[in-house]
Amino acid sequence: MTVDEVSTGSTGTAPVELVTLTIDDVEVSVPKGTLVIRAAELIGTEIPRFCDHPLLDPVGACRQCLVEITDAGNGRGFPKPQASCTIEVAAGMVVKTQVTSPVAEKAQRGNMEFLLINHPLDCPVCDKGGECPLQNQSMTHGQGETRFTEVKRTFPKPIKVSEQVLLDRERCVLCARCTRFSEQIAGDPFIALVERGSQQQVGIYEEEPFNSYFSGNTIQICPVGALTSADYRFRARPFDLVSTPSIAEHDSSGSAIRVDHRRGRVMRRLAGDDPEVNEEWITDKDRFAFTYATVGDRITTPLVRNPETEQLEPASWPAALAAAAKGLAAAEGKVGVLPGGRLTAEDAFAYSKFARTVLRTNDIDFRARAHSEEEAQFLASRIATTSLDVTFADLEKASTVVLVALEPEDENGSIFLRLRKASRSGVKVVAIASHATRGLRKMNGELVQTVPGHEPAALAALELDQDAILLAGERLASVPGGFSALVAAADKAGARIAWVPRRAGERGALEAGCLPDLLPGGRPLDDVEARTDLAAAWGVRTVPARRGRNTTEILEETRLGVVHALVIGGVEITDLPDPAAARRALAKAEFIVSLEVRESEVTEVADVVLPVAPVVEKPGSFVNWEGRVRTFDAVLHEPNSLTDIRILAGLAEELGQPLGFRTVAQARAAMVELGPWDGARIPAPTVEPDTTAAPKRAVVLDTWRLMIDDGRNQDGQLELKATARPAVLRASEATLKAFDVDPGGMATLSTDAGIVSFPTEVAELPDGVVWAPANSGASLRAALGVGYADHVTLSTGSSDGKGAS
Amino acid sequence: MSNPIKETLWDPIAGFGVTFRTMFRKTVTQQYPFEKVPTAPRFHGRHQLNRWPDGLEKCIGCELCAWACPADAIYVEGASNTEGDRHSPGERYGRVYQINYLRCILCGLCIEACPTRALTMTNEYELADNNRADLIYEKSDLLAPLLPGMVEPPHEMMISDDHQDYYRGKSLPIFPIDSSLNADVNPAGAPREPGGAV
Repeated sequence: MTVDEVSTGSTGTAPVELVTLTIDDVEVSVPKGTLVIRAAELIGTEIPRFCDHPLLDPVGACRQCLVEITDAGNGRGFPKPQASCTIEVAAGMVVKTQVTSPVAEKAQRGNMEFLLINHPLDCPVCDKGGECPLQNQSMTHGQGETRFTEVKRTFPKPIKVSEQVLLDRERCVLCARCTRFSEQIAGDPFIALVERGSQQQVGIYEEEPFNSYFSGNTIQICPVGALTSADYRFRARPFDLVSTPSIAEHDSSGSAIRVDHRRGRVMRRLAGDDPEVNEEWITDKDRFAFTYATVGDRITTPLVRNPETEQLEPASWPAALAAAAKGLAAAEGKVGVLPGGRLTAEDAFAYSKFARTVLRTNDIDFRARAHSEEEAQFLASRIATTSLDVTFADLEKASTVVLVALEPEDENGSIFLRLRKASRSGVKVVAIASHATRGLRKMNGELVQTVPGHEPAALAALELDQDAILLAGERLASVPGGFSALVAAADKAGARIAWVPRRAGERGALEAGCLPDLLPGGRPLDDVEARTDLAAAWGVRTVPARRGRNTTEILEETRLGVVHALVIGGVEITDLPDPAAARRALAKAEFIVSLEVRESEVTEVADVVLPVAPVVEKPGSFVNWEGRVRTFDAVLHEPNSLTDIRILAGLAEELGQPLGFRTVAQARAAMVELGPWDGARIPAPTVEPDTTAAPKRAVVLDTWRLMIDDGRNQDGQLELKATARPAVLRASEATLKAFDVDPGGMATLSTDAGIVSFPTEVAELPDGVVWAPANSGASLRAALGVGYADHVTLSTGSSDGKGAS
Repeated sequence: MSNPIKETLWDPIAGFGVTFRTMFRKTVTQQYPFEKVPTAPRFHGRHQLNRWPDGLEKCIGCELCAWACPADAIYVEGASNTEGDRHSPGERYGRVYQINYLRCILCGLCIEACPTRALTMTNEYELADNNRADLIYEKSDLLAPLLPGMVEPPHEMMISDDHQDYYRGKSLPIFPIDSSLNADVNPAGAPREPGGAV
């Protein structure tokens, strides 16, 4: 970790200025500015420490890392031991650590004794016991016997810093790691050290609980058991747990995590350490939302609809696969495939091959959200197979990072943290958005105030240089001309573009060819050579050449009876652009095969339901927004839990056209063998912006999903949901007044489909624009059938809650 | 140096000498199971899960006994006490507590590990059965019987509102509970008749 940090500081082309000093009689040269504690690590001496953390600013709070400095580089030594975590190296410095200096050793032992005076001896029942830096270092550097005979200070325990984070104050050693993290990394300084002397403690503001999206990281970096999560507290101990490195499945950042399980149940998740991607931080959603597959609605056996009773009945795997194959064969290629955006890349590849070689159709689309042809063209021309064109590290080196239809704090927490870090070192963050969110202010960002839907004009007006990076969110698909303007703006300045989808599987599905007109590896469907190349690799005579339908078209043509059968993966109806139309389409479909983990609206109407493994029970890879392949292994090994690949392979064999792979490893090998397309790409889209005027008495809706909302993947986590931000409608005072809404009162959004009410909050939005969370309290898609940049009617609200009518 | 005459003639008869002598001694036959002899006071017998004087369980579900067990005979699952469903003072209690006496070697390491003295051993040694399933003792088999003054959980903390007071033994009576003494030993003001507060 430390060596990494030293080397990341030196990866530039500029030569690093080295400083030579002596530690424990060993001469060592380290880059200028290195702290003594890290320099000592380089010669293999570990100085005990609590407050020191490589990613936080030095503070010298715990005083555990005292060393003797006999020469500060100027010929004079410090008269007293010094905290090595706050002192930078100097040329000619002579440092003696506990290894060679009795003075340093005694200072450390004495300080440890001070820290332990009021620390309770409850290690046997403490969650941290077994992985506790204080426990470990008191064993290595403490003195074993206490001389303290008085009664230890106690506090009533525990206090809730938030619903999710609990604090046992008597265990705290006041290292200030949690408060420094909140201030420096997350930018949510809701906790602080209060009081003085022996009563000093971590405290919160009474009115503002510690509702940060990143609060879970403070639990992980706490060097004692003072901060615990309500979720894991007293559930297990480190030595109970089996740890497996994995990848978070809640956003497209591909954050490294560590999953700890016990007795077949996941007990907790921790941030992994990946300096290239998420550093050592993850969002609370990645940390705590892992119970969704165990809330009781998991499908455990295949289900087949009995034609007589019209009920789904449990069936054996062979019977269910035979029934599914029979129904799909009857549809004779008139099958649409909707894999959803949460698949691993390997699973998505299986869907793509299954659709194109077994079902012989190009009607496959992973986008279970607002989408457009322009978006598909943009992805095919600029994003597919451009692996690591823009990386997390690049965000720190950019001159300007422009956020288009993307709110990183809610939609991709790792990007938010990296941009916040970048902004602290001078990178300019510019958001093309309707208003400056708290996240943007924390990034010291600049707002280019734009009415949703008018992004093309804002993009065209941008002044960028070639070191700029444009980050486009998936919401830009709702804006006609948005992606065209994005490409034009980037090309004009020579800047780079990255596409940041919200779901973890979207980029992988794109690479695996789960778009109607894009074959695996970025091969354009219209390119004869690409099709021939793919057919040869897959060992089939031809790949269907007819242009495929996208999600909306598949559902529309199903309703019209053109598409007869559907194969649906993890798709929530209420995520689709028009849930009402989707429901009508599903009702009309002759045959539906659903591959799902949990019961959903799709499994209710499906003819065959095939249960698939949740992420925790299968190996695979997610491709994150950078295009970085993030491979992970199964955490829980459940023999009855099958991957989508295994099931699709079984279906394919039943249909007489084997896929050629059955396991994740085989699918991965097939993907590698196929490789990316090196031929010509299709041109970037050039769609004109939509200039139709807004309907009268309507407002433009700005909306996105908050990080912690009513999404089904957060089910079973009441404490996490309790830290969600309140669902409020934001609009300017003028807008509210124009629609007779009392600022601070309730407001109602309505369309022909329904109404939703929210409390209002005055914010600096353009007039005629309102912002509301997409799925907090009520799903705007489900209730109103609208999304980003759509028009809704605003009126003064009833106070009967936020429920949809 | 064998002596064939001694071996063939005397030795068989000499053996009966022991039998003959014993006929005039006091018998050592124990009339178990009709008469049970008390064990040594610290004999390691069947376990017991103890209670606080108000009947709340001492077990906090920390699983240290399970970790200490060299025979892996103990299985514990903790759960959180909630408002209206309190089984022990403090945050957690042992929802599932099993000791498998097919495995238990009665070594007593679990007793040493227990931080609340919830688990102790009795002198009961009759641990045999004719089937395996009955030798896995559940929490209901292991819990100490309710003494006078104790109330079967779940119920609220009666000795003190602060669970620390339970552990410090502040308000524990020195002698078995007599409800008339409760007022003196109970400064936190718990009800005099614990039974009335269920």
